Amino acid sequence: MMVAQRVSGQDINLSAHYTVHLPAPDDFAFWRERARALTQSDVPPDRVSWVEPGGTGDLFAHGGPSPEDKPLPLPNKGAAAVRASKRFLRLARNAALHSDTERFGLLYRMLWRLQSKPRVMEDKADPDVRRIEELDKSVRRDSHKMHAFVRFREVESDEGEHYIAWFEPDHHIVRANAGFFRRRFANMNWSILTPRGCIHWDGETMRESGPAQRSDAPSDDPTEDLWKSYYASTFNPARLKVGAMMAEMPKKYWKNMPEAELIPDLIASAQAREAGMVAAGEREERERPQTLAEISDAISACRDCPIAECGTRAVMGEGPSDAPLMIVGEQPGDQEDQQGRPFVGPAGQLLDECSEQAGIDRSAAYVTNAVKHFKYTQRGKRRIHQSPTAKEIDTCRWWLEAERALAKPRIVLALGASAARSLLGKTVSISKARGTPLPLDDGSELWVTVHPSYLLRLDGAAREEQGALFARDLSAVTARLKELGA
Amino acid sequence: MSRYMTQQTLRQKLEILADAAKYDASCASSGTAKKNSLGGKGIGSTEGMGICHAYAPDGRCISLLKVLLTNHCIFDCHYCINRKSSNVRRARFTPQEVADLTINFYKRNYIEGLFLSSGIIKSSNHTMEQMVECARILREEYDFRGYIHLKTIPEADPGLIHQAGLFADRVSINVELPTPSGLTRLAPDKDAAQIEGALAKTKSRIIEAKDERKRFKHAPRFAPAGQSTQMIVGADDASDADIVGKASNLYGNFGLRRVYYSAFSPIPDASAVLPLKRPPLMREHRLYQSDWLMRFYGYAPGEVAQATDRHGNLPLDIDPKLAWALKFRGQFPVDVNRASKEQLLRVPGLGTTAVGRILAARRHRTLRLDDVAKLTQSIAKVRPFLVALDWRPTTLTDRADLRALLAPKQEQLELF
Repeated sequence: MMVAQRVSGQDINLSAHYTVHLPAPDDFAFWRERARALTQSDVPPDRVSWVEPGGTGDLFAHGGPSPEDKPLPLPNKGAAAVRASKRFLRLARNAALHSDTERFGLLYRMLWRLQSKPRVMEDKADPDVRRIEELDKSVRRDSHKMHAFVRFREVESDEGEHYIAWFEPDHHIVRANAGFFRRRFANMNWSILTPRGCIHWDGETMRESGPAQRSDAPSDDPTEDLWKSYYASTFNPARLKVGAMMAEMPKKYWKNMPEAELIPDLIASAQAREAGMVAAGEREERERPQTLAEISDAISACRDCPIAECGTRAVMGEGPSDAPLMIVGEQPGDQEDQQGRPFVGPAGQLLDECSEQAGIDRSAAYVTNAVKHFKYTQRGKRRIHQSPTAKEIDTCRWWLEAERALAKPRIVLALGASAARSLLGKTVSISKARGTPLPLDDGSELWVTVHPSYLLRLDGAAREEQGALFARDLSAVTARLKELGA
Repeated sequence: MSRYMTQQTLRQKLEILADAAKYDASCASSGTAKKNSLGGKGIGSTEGMGICHAYAPDGRCISLLKVLLTNHCIFDCHYCINRKSSNVRRARFTPQEVADLTINFYKRNYIEGLFLSSGIIKSSNHTMEQMVECARILREEYDFRGYIHLKTIPEADPGLIHQAGLFADRVSINVELPTPSGLTRLAPDKDAAQIEGALAKTKSRIIEAKDERKRFKHAPRFAPAGQSTQMIVGADDASDADIVGKASNLYGNFGLRRVYYSAFSPIPDASAVLPLKRPPLMREHRLYQSDWLMRFYGYAPGEVAQATDRHGNLPLDIDPKLAWALKFRGQFPVDVNRASKEQLLRVPGLGTTAVGRILAARRHRTLRLDDVAKLTQSIAKVRPFLVALDWRPTTLTDRADLRALLAPKQEQLELF
């Protein structure tokens, strides 16, 4: 205990005023010891001034009680022990690190009041309590931002890698947070330089040094380019919320964060990027056509995918608008394009033949395609069929869905993988999907089989075998239609 | 094919695979077991509180290095930028590359750790193996003690998922869409039953591991930060009531730490099946508020549903708590000096902190309106629902235009 300089408590002059010089602006332990002694000597808060060193805020300057300090009184004999709630102690430890010069006086006043009103800390409407809470809160925030926004830069030296950061805290928090960085980077050589003093860790011991300048820290690090790329890529321009960012990462921190230099450009280009993505996929926002005739007109004008640019005509489905069966092929072929009707070429003729044998009246079914335009490559005078891509099928799916919504078939028969993808939204294997109905989301049933053009490409035994399977699939559809009473 | 032939740089891969991962909303690095690198060979610590190391201009916190191992995918989910039929650039990291990136970022204090997810390549098991390998390198070779979140693949072998949980702080599986029909339509390769089965299995592993640690001090931890999931909002026609109901089932059945909501936002080369419009950010915000009501304010899912309109959607202009209070005005005003904690928590404008302060302060004094004003954010908002020593809202609570008085001005919804 410090007793040497003190005079006895009995000598206290009521008008005496004491000044306590703190050795460092964050020396809570020193304040605590002095505050305890003053309380025990009955020195009221308005008789004490608390002074921190130099006002420069240098955490690690060497100091101590100034020699001019009037000696503090000795505690009264038999004075009661000084008491404080745990909560006060917890808040006071943080509040003592605040840069507010009134903080030590405020804490002493609170300690003084706690002696006669031990539960005053619970009164959240009390102005002193509120102020201590505010100080605590801003110190915690400052510490939290230090944990978050310190950016180390690597320097190669003879002793290996050294990671050095420059940080500008608002309060006297550097020493108090040394432990956090030690626990986190225990096996790394690092230094955190600040205008309030610096801390250094070499893997074994923590060292402190006086204030530094930004120019003492390295100015770049090769990994920063990768980090900036990450920062830019993880940003979603369609969700721009600048206010939310600014609230958590105020501008004052930006100058020491390498990624922050990207922010103005990211914000400036965000709306254009979002608008570009929306425009590219905008079609869904259009109203769905209300009649099959409207669809027919609209698909002729459709340029949503590159196939429409081939110079072909759009081929609309045909058949009764209340047909219980919808037959969906892949896309119009050469003949269909010339005549403007679906399934009139060789594959269509084969379909007609097989349907008739299976007992399906084609004229009673609604026949259409997954893709409305003919996609081909020109080879000499011939136009050679090209399969549509998944994306093109998905794009054209909107029209097929419009047709389905109007015709409301009970059963949809998909011929081939493209038709199946258009109806299911995924690519399926025909051999696995055929033979059993798949439920569609409007309650109708999807049956899948091969496209007749596939049969046209086969011959011999294979043709016979596949032809039989195709016939079986069609018969199953006939049977199911009967079952449904359609 | 040329773009596959040329060697991509690490930076190009990072750009592609971070871009591909950003639609996952989760970034939490909190609530895991405390650990630090003292006495170890490497770096890293987790001390309970998550840390956001930066914020992007979308307002979202950057806490973890959130990347995919690869964005090649054999699945074809329509809402996903990485679906098979999408025309985006593809890239692939090795597990070692991701581990090295994580360490290099961590050493510079850019991140709290890694959030690794992946497109499905070759098979679910192969993909899961690669992800586990990356976590293994970090934990075993680098002795990394920071945060690791692994997305697990429901179809993968249970043994692999178990290993993932031993290395990771948190594991997650996305349920993706609130209704089975939405999943069938938009994620045709995924299976709701399989996803829920995997969530259930993970839940029981977490419970078992906790139980073992009670009995054996050195029993291995399994995902100490628990499991979470994500639902996409606005891609299908599910209502807010559907979503809230689903979320509450998920919390109840699978012991989830968090259900994240991700407003469906426009993606490059989008599927033609989905509406591309501005992401419903306000709707996402209201859903998170309703999530809070259930988790911290004692509202039952049915009560949140009571706050919705006839289509089952929460109002966008006012928060769900205010919407509920306006519908059930008979419950108000409550006496700030007498009401129970539960009653106070229902007062629009009083958060959990303010309620705690009121409960503590009223032991010392009978509160006047002025005192309440000091303890709350906005006295104007709470006033119509409270009685204090010197205050009675009289007719205010019953005014027909109360909603208009309390609803924030429309301008607040505008983005600049």
